[in-house]
Amino acid sequence: MSIEAKNENKEFKPLIVAFCCNWCSYAGADLAGSSRLAYPADVKIIRVPCSCRVNPLFILRAFQKGADGVILCGCHPGDCHYSTGNYYARRRMTLLFSMLDYLGVENGRTRVEWVSAAEGVKFSQTMNEFVEKIYSLGENVRLEDLRCKKN
Amino acid sequence: MQEELIRRAKELLGDGTVVRVMGWRKGDLSFNPEPALFETEESLAEFVYDGFCGANLSKYMIKLSKLEGKTLVFLKPCDTYSFNQLVKEHRVDREKAYIIGVGCDGSLDVDAMKEKGAKGIQEITEDGDTVTVRAIYGDKTFDREDVILERCRACKGGAHMVYDELASNADEEKPARDGRFSLVEKIEVMDPKERFAFWQNELSRCIRCNACRNVCPACSCIKCVFDNDRYDTAQKANADTFEEQMFHIIRAFHVAGRCTDCGECSRVCPEHIPLHLLNRKFIKDINTFYGDYQAGADTDSRAPLTNFTTEDVEPSIVQERG
Ligand code: SF4
Ligand code: SF4
Ligand code: SF4
Ligand code: FES
Repeated sequence: MSIEAKNENKEFKPLIVAFCCNWCSYAGADLAGSSRLAYPADVKIIRVPCSCRVNPLFILRAFQKGADGVILCGCHPGDCHYSTGNYYARRRMTLLFSMLDYLGVENGRTRVEWVSAAEGVKFSQTMNEFVEKIYSLGENVRLEDLRCKKN
Repeated sequence: MQEELIRRAKELLGDGTVVRVMGWRKGDLSFNPEPALFETEESLAEFVYDGFCGANLSKYMIKLSKLEGKTLVFLKPCDTYSFNQLVKEHRVDREKAYIIGVGCDGSLDVDAMKEKGAKGIQEITEDGDTVTVRAIYGDKTFDREDVILERCRACKGGAHMVYDELASNADEEKPARDGRFSLVEKIEVMDPKERFAFWQNELSRCIRCNACRNVCPACSCIKCVFDNDRYDTAQKANADTFEEQMFHIIRAFHVAGRCTDCGECSRVCPEHIPLHLLNRKFIKDINTFYGDYQAGADTDSRAPLTNFTTEDVEPSIVQERG
């Protein structure tokens, strides 16, 4: 059996990174947990102090390291613990996601959701939906190969 | 034109208005003048101004505006946007510059001439809209329009955004050209795999010479993320693979909202990588999402990425646009 055929048979296990703001969605994730709401184990949560702590380079690095999808969760607009952090994050992510799409990391693989500490249900729903979306998109391009020409 | 500029530079040096002149100097060939600083009237004999003076002199003003006394600097219309942007970012001191706005008929691109078959170029002369190339393997004549830099095809117009006086060839009414985003749109409609392959093909040629970063007026950070301070080979060694692989994207994001689309990065890239297609994607998105914005058109507006409104579009707009 050729190597390619082997790879084709391999089950796709997506790698999904979720950046969660400490003050809202991270607590939302906790609530989802303590309410026994399930979300797939493919999601790896990284806690950040505010959505705007997420330097666009973090997202690029996640993709460079092989992520199939990256989601950022923060407080609802107007509710940021630092007042305006999420408004800046919103602009940055809009531009970054559009650029990633332009490079070939299609737009379904990036997402921003506003999830409060009380929204355990929304948290688990969002994660379930996002993971499903990534399964449907399949394996991502390898951003680390952006500067390697194939042929 | 060149004579007029030299005369004016001598006058301003002579009467003490300025103590030095930032301009372009003859290179070793007729088509490679280089940015140069002139401190005496005699040295101005070397001064040139012709179609090959594409180099944007505004970034030199960062250092020069820290010196005693004023510096005379010549700026083409597009260069004045970069100058303004640097003033806005407190990188240059407006008071330390005496700006002569020079007119421009489009900067010439010697590589375009080579691509169009000029081999072994010895001398290039311009006469209005005609460019004549004397070359070892056959002389050639071109329409200026066919051999100008990419950025001049998307010229922002003849108006100078900032100046102390204008040279006689300045044409403030010269209209802007459109079509700036047509190539960006072509990439946008490709499918994601094609887009990835397109960029792989372009970016794989990069030799990480850092010329684009070094020439860019927006890249004036004292400590750049791409400088590796672990070794003495700063500017050459990569900090890590992330930095190496994502270089173009990181840099494009760093200058998003501050890039005036001056076109210097694409001009200096020895590998002809269309870096402007990354910058213009950001510019296009900023215009669509947050309203038309031209970096460097003024010195007091807030840059789009250091600003927000509570009504801003959600990042999901990227999906909705398809
Ligand atoms: S990124 Fe390129 S076009 Fe933009 S300001 Fe820098 S050199 Fe000019
Ligand atoms: S690449 Fe980034 S850090 Fe480096 S000079 Fe440009 S803007 Fe500054
Ligand atoms: S100028 Fe071109 S080759 Fe040099 S680092 Fe920039 S993109 Fe790479
Ligand atoms: S504190 Fe949660 S987004 Fe700013």
